[in-house]
Amino acid sequence: MKFGVLQFPGSCDEVDALGAARRVGDAELIWHGERDLRGADAIVVPGGFSYGDYLRAGAIARFSPAMESVIAFAADGGLVLGICNGFQVLCEARLLPGALLGNANLRFTSRQVDLEVVEPETPFTSACAPGELLSIPAKHSSGRYYADAPTLVAMAERGQVVLRYAAGENFNGSVEDIAGVRNEAGNVFGLMPHPEHAVDELIGGSADGLGIFQSMRLALEGARA
Amino acid sequence: MRARVLIRPKAGILDPQGTAVERALPALGFAGVGNVHIGRLVELDVEDPSQLEPMCEKLLANPLVEDYEVQRLDGSG
Repeated sequence: MKFGVLQFPGSCDEVDALGAARRVGDAELIWHGERDLRGADAIVVPGGFSYGDYLRAGAIARFSPAMESVIAFAADGGLVLGICNGFQVLCEARLLPGALLGNANLRFTSRQVDLEVVEPETPFTSACAPGELLSIPAKHSSGRYYADAPTLVAMAERGQVVLRYAAGENFNGSVEDIAGVRNEAGNVFGLMPHPEHAVDELIGGSADGLGIFQSMRLALEGARA
Repeated sequence: MRARVLIRPKAGILDPQGTAVERALPALGFAGVGNVHIGRLVELDVEDPSQLEPMCEKLLANPLVEDYEVQRLDGSG
């Protein structure tokens, strides 16, 4: 299987995403100006500061030619993972519910966080155990997840909250401790922390992020079998 | 025509920037300040003012979390 990793002007985590994806399959970069997703079986929208985060984080990137193709890919059921700025882009593109606002603490914050796997039976978490805690780094200034009350009720009914910050870990003020959400169809997933930075215990202190990429591979293999 | 778009966080959504400024003002001796909110201001020349509304909906504001107000500035631009 092959991952396509988008690259915008201002992306900075695309190479780590590429490296993480290559631990479970093939992967290649896709420049934001390209419409051709190069036959990728799954798409990663990486972290960084696409288009300088001007206006709002992710607001400009969502209109790029590559994102137009990703929106069509997602509509066809393709797996799309958005990490940090990629999560912001997917929310701005309305592929995911809600929005990401400035951290409640008004600071860019970089720290390791524990995440609770709320939904272990998704194409992005099937390699994780129910209730498992993932230790993954987070680094952002606009990661406060927000959705209005009716949206939160609907998301809870549909199992769209995939990851929550564990007790005491919600440093950005996200509503209901939400760290990662999926769309109604279940094929698009976004999270603020960075699983691609936690794929090797030697340099990351944790390899818990690898499960996200392994799960995507398992989902694709299952779909083919 | 010249237009100005005022964008502000929707009521009820935590506005930490506003809160920080609200707390800073009394420290500088400005008493009696409350309900501070911080938004964005976009000024632009536009040939077709009917495009302002869709521009706000699609790009300038995020209607999920922000309210916007379009002001048409006559006699300039």
